[in-house]
Order: sequence, then C-alpha cells, then structure tokens
Amino acid sequence: MAPADSATPLPEIALALSGLSVAYGGMPVVEAATARFPAGSMTAIIGPNGAGKSTLLKAALGLVPALAGEVRAFGQPVARALPRIAYVPQRAAVDWDFPARVIDVVQMGLYRQTGPLGRLTPDLRARAEQSLADLGMADFAQRQIGALSGGQQQRVFLARALAQQGDLIVLDEPFAGVDAATEAAIIAVLHGLRARGRTVIAVHHDLSTVPAYFDRVLLLNRRVIAEGPTSTTFHRDRVAEAYGNQLLTAIPA
Amino acid sequence: MLAEFLALTLPPMLIATLASLVCALPGNVLLLRRQAMLGDAMSHVVLPGIVAAFLLTGSASGPVMLGGALAAAALSALMIEAIRRTTRADPVAAMGVTFTTLFATGVLLLEVSGASAVHLDVEHALYGNLEGLIWLDGTGWAALADPAALAGLPVELPALAAALAAMALAFALIWRPLVIATFDEGFAASLGIPTRLISAGLTGLTALAAVSAFAAVGSILTIAMLICPPAAARLLTDSLPRQVVLSLVIAAASAILGTLAAGYLPPALGLGFTVSAAGSIATLSGLFLGLAATFGPRRHAPGHPAGRRSGPSV
Repeated sequence: MAPADSATPLPEIALALSGLSVAYGGMPVVEAATARFPAGSMTAIIGPNGAGKSTLLKAALGLVPALAGEVRAFGQPVARALPRIAYVPQRAAVDWDFPARVIDVVQMGLYRQTGPLGRLTPDLRARAEQSLADLGMADFAQRQIGALSGGQQQRVFLARALAQQGDLIVLDEPFAGVDAATEAAIIAVLHGLRARGRTVIAVHHDLSTVPAYFDRVLLLNRRVIAEGPTSTTFHRDRVAEAYGNQLLTAIPA
Repeated sequence: MLAEFLALTLPPMLIATLASLVCALPGNVLLLRRQAMLGDAMSHVVLPGIVAAFLLTGSASGPVMLGGALAAAALSALMIEAIRRTTRADPVAAMGVTFTTLFATGVLLLEVSGASAVHLDVEHALYGNLEGLIWLDGTGWAALADPAALAGLPVELPALAAALAAMALAFALIWRPLVIATFDEGFAASLGIPTRLISAGLTGLTALAAVSAFAAVGSILTIAMLICPPAAARLLTDSLPRQVVLSLVIAAASAILGTLAAGYLPPALGLGFTVSAAGSIATLSGLFLGLAATFGPRRHAPGHPAGRRSGPSV
C-alpha cells in the first residue's frame, strides 16, 4: 500500500489485515481493508464518524464476524495471537454503575493468568497494583468504579490493559471525553510502551495531536484511504478525502 | 401443634426457601445484564415445555420436566431471534410475544390434554402448589430421624436440594468469566472467554431456576423470586459478593416469613381462612424491594453521565 515500506527491510508485523470486510445487517461498514502495523509503531486510526473505525478494530480481533478477509497478528492467525493482545474498548461501552471496585476491574486483565478458578497470587496482585500506579491511580484501588470521573475511568481501562502485559495494545477512542491531565498521563504510558518495543493502535479523533502522538496513521472511511508514516501520509488532501472534504480548515498543513 | 407444623408447614417452607435460593443466584446476573425480562420469559416458557414433555413421555419426573423446559427455552430463543430478524422488532418486544404465545399454548395444551388429570392443572401451573407439598409422616421430632418417615417427604424437596447444589456449583465454576463477560463483553471475548456460550449457559441456568420454582410458586410468581431479592440487594450494597449474599438472605427471609405469614397470620388475626403461600412470598419479596428502594443507601445512586450504556459504535 505504501511504497516507502517496501524499499526498507520489513520489520516484524504486529498486525496485518488483508481484504477485511464487515457488514452490519447487510450494510457494509468496512470494505476490503488492508493494512499493516509494524511492531514497535504507534498508529492512529482516523476518519469521520461512521467510518467503521471501531468496527475495524473489533473485526481485526475477531470480536465481530468479518464477511471476508484475513487477519494475522505476529505472523499467526489472530485468534491464536490474542493472548499477546490487550484490547481497550470504548469507555462508554460498559455500565460504570456495575458493582465493582477499581482493583476488581484491573484484575480482570489477569484472567489469562488465573483462568476461571486460579488464585490471584501475590505477584499477580502486585502487577495489578503497579498497573494502576503507572497511571497515577494507586490511591483509587478500593474506590467504586461508579464514583470515578470519565478520565479516571479511562485510566482504569488502560491499567487493565497494562496488567495484561500484551505486545500489542489496541485502544478504541482512549482520549474521548477525558481531561488534559489524563490525556497526558495516557500518552506518556503509551509512548513508554512504544519505547519498549510494544505496538500501539488507537482510534483517534483529535487531528491536531496526530503528529505529536503517533508515528503512523491509517485514514479510514469504510475503506482504507491511506496508510503509512505520519510524516508522509498525514496530509491535507488525504485527510480531506477520508473526511469527504468536511474538515479542511481543521487539519494542520 | 408440632405435628401440624412438621407435616403441613415445614415442607412447603423448606421447598419455598430452596426454590427462592435457586432463583436468586441467576437473578443477580440477569439483573446486572439488564435481562430481567429473560427471567420472565424463561419462567413462562417452562410451562409448555413441561406439559409437552409430560404428553410425550407420560412422566412428570424432575429430569423429564427439566428436559422439556430446556427444550422450550431453546425453542423460545430461536423464535425470539427469528422474529427479531424477520420483523426487525425490538428484542424485548420479540421476547414478549414469544413467551406469551408459548405460555398460552401451554395453557391450552394443559386444558385439552389429560395432563390435568395428574398434578398438572392450570391453577397450580400459574400459582404453584406449595400447600399441597405436605409430609404426612411428619408426626413428631422422631420422624426427622426415621428413614421410613423421611421417605414420605415430598419429592420436590430432594429435587430442589439437588437443583440448588447444581446451581451453586455451576456459578462457582463460571463466576469469574461470567462477571467479566457481564461487565465488558467485548473485552471478555478478547480474553478468549466464550461469551456466547456463557450467555447460553446463563439462559439454561435461568431455565433450571424457573423449573425449580415452578413446583413451588408456579409460572407467574417465579419472576418475583428471580428478580426481587437481587434487586433489593443491589440497592443495599456496591459490592458484588455482598450483593449475592444479601440476595440469598432476602430470598430465604421472603420464603420463610411468607410461608409462615400465609398459614398463621390470618388465623392469628381471628380470620377464618389462610392465604396463598406463593402469593405471600412474592408480596414479601416486593415489600423488601420497596423497603430497600426507600431506605437503602444506594437509592440516590448517581448515574454518572458517562456511565450510561450506549449502543455499539461503528
């Protein structure tokens, strides 16, 4: 797709989609999406509302059925690679009135280690607490999740993903409706993960922060408009194509 | 007085208690999943299932009834899905028409068939038959240690004890993935948790609860046992383990006090009749829910603006 990639030696591919198509009730939502996410990169998936960004992520992880296409993660069929992937759904996708404490939610990220009946060992408990601390939420461990602000909820979700210690972290709108301090805390954690060779893919809305936060972008509007390094891909004409020329003035030159 | 208690009051009381405990367990999860309607649906579709199973096999034994009810539950799930797909109706509407139709079919089946000749008749199917579950051998304390007398206990008693054991075991085994899938289904699926299987399993366990309660309180009042104790407990605590324990306490209290009140309260008030135990239990369950809603610490639980459940984003 991006000619610049084929010239350089290919790094390990964390996630590769080929010809991925998804439909809801007969309506095409994602059409023949092909994209590669190199290991150690941090990619923003951007596109207008209804472009199929969340659906692309869910279909890539096998959470919604695909009509066609293939997804491989770390060279394996994605279902086999799921233990290496941490998924952070949209914050609004869950009921925060659920009777649970913050630490209960973070410990859900340890399910692969404990299974249905395994004990939470002291090591695993410490891992959950450290994940919360990494997001500045150590003092909130015993707090009811319903008592958190939106930004705090998002931090809890990311802490849960950290506890999974995945090599690929897939986030659906991690910055939606969060305060500036939370956004800074989240981006610091994500950049730290990238520095340690982890791969990050996030649905993102704020076009103005794309160059500062992400080294790669994928422009989506049902089909993939463009994909590649931010410096060569995130240009006004491409973005305008993805957004159907709605947002020309909002895009940095 | 003692013999009367042992023979006429204790068996219905124990049976009602076991039935309400069996129901409260899945009720907790249905409540959190906002699927109370599923409990209502299951408690209604067990009727045609039980009647059809009886007509096909001539047996009204526990396993046959359970098999019929599970088959009816599966059929109703297929019907709901088919209606939803072909008419694009709201899922709750699809559920409502399915279970009322199946329930009505069950009532008609019952009336035209010979099933009513046995202990299955419409009134008992609707309101249960607690008062009929008596222990004629319960003539004194000695009977509690007499195997011959104990053998005369209503068969519903050991059957419900087994159902409660099975229900508790099933929940112990799937509790952790069930909670994760209930809170965050997409995340659960990304962990490799079989979320569809879990949902189907919960439907099956709800059907088991509905069959269990059927003998005690009948189809119509089962929903009170499924939902009222967990809903009351939810208003009293923000801890899920505590909610489950409280729901069991409230369920048992409703069953025990309801049975006693039905048998003893009207005479104590000088009235010359008794009232339905099933009705008393369901009324008490509702009363507990009302008290929890009025005085519970969570009655003003603030719904966080971001806390609402929203549909799938595309």
